[in-house]
Amino acid sequence: MKKIKLFSALVLAGSLFVACSDDDDSTPEIVNEEEIITTVTVTLSPEDDGTDVTLQLQDLDGDGSGEQVYTVSGSLVANMVYDGSIVLLNETESPAEDITEEVEEESDEHQFFYTVESGLDLTTEYANFDGDGNPLGTEFTLTTGEASSGTLTFTLRHEPTKPNDGTLADAGGETDVEAMFSVEIE
Amino acid sequence: MLLYAISMLLFGSISPISQDCDNTLSGTVIDLHDSSLLSGALLIVAGTEQAVQTDVDGKFIITGLCDGTYSIQVSHPYCTTQGYTVKVSGNTSKTFRLEHHLEELNEVTIRGKAYQNEAKTIAKTKISTSELEDFSNGSLGDALNSLSGVSSLNTGSTVVKPMVNGLHSSRVVIINNGVRMEDQEWGAEHAPNIDVNSIANLTLIKGAGALQYSGDAIGGIIVADALKVPVKDSLYGKTLMNLASNGRGSSVTSQLTKSFQNGWYATAQGTVKRYGDFETPDYVLSNTGVFERSASLHFGVNRFKYGLEGYYSFFKNEIGILRASHVGGASDQLAAINSDVPSVIEDFTYDIGEPRQDVTHHLARLKMFSRFDGLGKLSLQYDFQRNNRLEYDIRVGDDADKASIDLELDTHTVLLDLDSDLSDKINLKTGLMARYQTNFADPNTGIRRLIPDYDMYNLGAYAVADYDLNENFLLEFGARFDYTYIDAFKFYRTSTWEDRNYDQLYADIVIEETGNQILTNPQLNFYNTSATAGATYSFNDEYKLFFNYSLASRAPNPSELFSEGLHHSASRIEMGDLGFKSEVAHKVAVTLERKNPVFSFSVNPFINSINDFMVIEPTSIEQTIRGNFQVWEYRQTNALLLGFDLDASYALTNNFRLDHQFSFVKGYDQSQNEPLISMPPVNTKNSLAYQNPKINNLRLALQSEFVFRQNEYPDNNFEVYIPETETYEIVDVSTPPGAYHLLNFSSSIDFNITQKSQLTVGFKVTNLLNNSYRNYLNRLRYYADELGRNYLLNLKFNY
Repeated sequence: MKKIKLFSALVLAGSLFVACSDDDDSTPEIVNEEEIITTVTVTLSPEDDGTDVTLQLQDLDGDGSGEQVYTVSGSLVANMVYDGSIVLLNETESPAEDITEEVEEESDEHQFFYTVESGLDLTTEYANFDGDGNPLGTEFTLTTGEASSGTLTFTLRHEPTKPNDGTLADAGGETDVEAMFSVEIE
Repeated sequence: MLLYAISMLLFGSISPISQDCDNTLSGTVIDLHDSSLLSGALLIVAGTEQAVQTDVDGKFIITGLCDGTYSIQVSHPYCTTQGYTVKVSGNTSKTFRLEHHLEELNEVTIRGKAYQNEAKTIAKTKISTSELEDFSNGSLGDALNSLSGVSSLNTGSTVVKPMVNGLHSSRVVIINNGVRMEDQEWGAEHAPNIDVNSIANLTLIKGAGALQYSGDAIGGIIVADALKVPVKDSLYGKTLMNLASNGRGSSVTSQLTKSFQNGWYATAQGTVKRYGDFETPDYVLSNTGVFERSASLHFGVNRFKYGLEGYYSFFKNEIGILRASHVGGASDQLAAINSDVPSVIEDFTYDIGEPRQDVTHHLARLKMFSRFDGLGKLSLQYDFQRNNRLEYDIRVGDDADKASIDLELDTHTVLLDLDSDLSDKINLKTGLMARYQTNFADPNTGIRRLIPDYDMYNLGAYAVADYDLNENFLLEFGARFDYTYIDAFKFYRTSTWEDRNYDQLYADIVIEETGNQILTNPQLNFYNTSATAGATYSFNDEYKLFFNYSLASRAPNPSELFSEGLHHSASRIEMGDLGFKSEVAHKVAVTLERKNPVFSFSVNPFINSINDFMVIEPTSIEQTIRGNFQVWEYRQTNALLLGFDLDASYALTNNFRLDHQFSFVKGYDQSQNEPLISMPPVNTKNSLAYQNPKINNLRLALQSEFVFRQNEYPDNNFEVYIPETETYEIVDVSTPPGAYHLLNFSSSIDFNITQKSQLTVGFKVTNLLNNSYRNYLNRLRYYADELGRNYLLNLKFNY
């Protein structure tokens, strides 16, 4: 019977499909997250050429369950002006990728915000700007007041409204970095 | 055909009459379909003009024939007249099979497919072609949403995922032209990849009883069938065009069918759909456009004894996802939830930017069947599907245009089914299934794989029998066994691996450790049993009672097993569990229905108890450099779902009709003693329709849709510290939005253009009152309102 032949041909074809499909025994390629920021380092250099203070947040496995490590190298000096700079790294790659460069290239789509807890006596000012003259903030100046302590939070927003009134609420956009450090002024 | 028979009669046979001419030709004339004997069939021998009729037993005898070839025309009042060539050598016998009740047969085939064939003891709801055409500009989910007991889990207005009696995703199986859709249906934001215009009939089975399709449809089965083509010479088609004010777009779909008397047919169909940003009453929903293209080709030969069918469909859909829904961590989420309007509102555009989905689905099917006397109808089907899902996120630098998710899922299936009538009263369906599936996640995305590379093998076998106890009473029993084997390659973060104690539990599956990731090779086996038992009792022509119990088992899907990391579109970290076993559901459904021209109704209470139900829920907060994210972990629990669906229809006069629908479902997590998340709120739809066949079949309808507030929901809220205000704030991801009421208007009128062609003009307005509202079952409800008023004009041309 012709029909039976056709049937058996199809069954055979089907089983061949199943049989030869498992031909790749090689293991898949590892994917290292490309855009992830693992390390935020804020360097504060006092204008009197004293010791730099660094604030660092490191989370080497991104959104994995690994711990976040905060390191603050020391306390700030009262009534001092500091030059601040922020470096963002992806340390899952080797050598580590400098994400700050990308942020600075797309300066019109990014902005850092500095949030100072009310008890902490310091002020900040933007030191670098995008092509339209709106703040970018990977560089800034920080001026300390009297001895006090509190938290200092650095927030990087992607695609915020620019210009904005300097508040996160007005800027909107999407948070790329949110790093809150405990700071002491002595 | 008749002409052919006549010409054969006239010129067909020039047989030698000079030989030994006292042979007889005897035999019977029978019905091709059920082999019943046909009495009163007329046989005319061409050349000799001899005519005989069959007796009551369908027997005939023609005498005085010579050795040689004769042309014989066989006719019967209810059959197509056919010509045969018969070789006579000595006394010869021959059986003629006639196609009895041609038109009636087509009818039976169509109805048989849609109603009779699957799960006879579960009441089914059906959407006909004309009702489906109302959703020509929408999606499959929109069409299903019009049925009681069906709601949808939406992502915006264009990703519409059907939800049956509170269950969705892997728990609702979609059968597209006999092929089980394998289109990464596990994801809540993945809509079915079917063009609603490629379907002629849509049948919903609210339960797992249709075991010939699957044993794991804990929620239900949706069966979509292409147009059945009649066995006759014809050429016909239709074109539908829709214009919509909201989204400022249109859809065009066209279909052409050619069929032949000899059973061959071909149908080609195609759709293009394009919309820009949709709008709420108050603002533009930026980046919500959609661009869909699809085509299908269906061909084959349909004879009673055997048939061959080929089907291919291509579906490509590009969908913009609301720009404002793309948020970073918890503080962004808080700001979005607390704001009345989306954070990004731009001018209307047709452009689709990031975030967006770009999905392509190919489906090919080859099926053949043959009827064997004493055995039944044997069908063999091979199908292939390729689903390619690309998801684009908002990214920076060199990666800006690169997809964040790039998955390719290939599925091959072979099905062998046998449908036999063991007796007049017993029908037995049996079958075997073999499936191979492979998923490939492209590593070039530069983002860790959401779903790992895996190979999956399935083997299944089923048997379903039904028994007509008497005219009113039908019993049905069935069982199915499925075996699933998954062979995956999965990279875990070392921290997660250790955190979840996998280094102790699954140390043997580790292949290698690289940097802070571990490559593993999970190999998993699942053995699933499913069964169904039910009865249908017809009190009389009007009342019918259905009772069904079904046992369904579902193996965990790749998302439930392997999820591990940030799910950008949900703004949360999701965690699967390698140790999951299959979930097992017991569902009892009862339906009482009355079919009557004046007052019809159907009441459908159900209870579904699910052991080891896989549910995802928040467990903790994870701090990352991007801020805080909620961690949602899958876990297994015992769930109980119960509710009822009510349909009623009442003809006020010849022209006015009232339709009513009411759906009620409650779902509980019995281990945690709390409501299940994302359960559809109680809703009711009521409509008043006027139809007058005398005025060009004018139809006017006003529909009211009321959706209550969902009052039972789990509390998944969490707190987040906001440095700017120096306060802890609650991120309210749980509280459902309020109740809402929508009014929709629809109308249509038919015009006969020529004898064979008809134009239908329709005009609709949805959300007539332009209400602002939010839908609990829309995953983007935190960010924006639903669509505002929409004017739709549709033109349908039948030819």
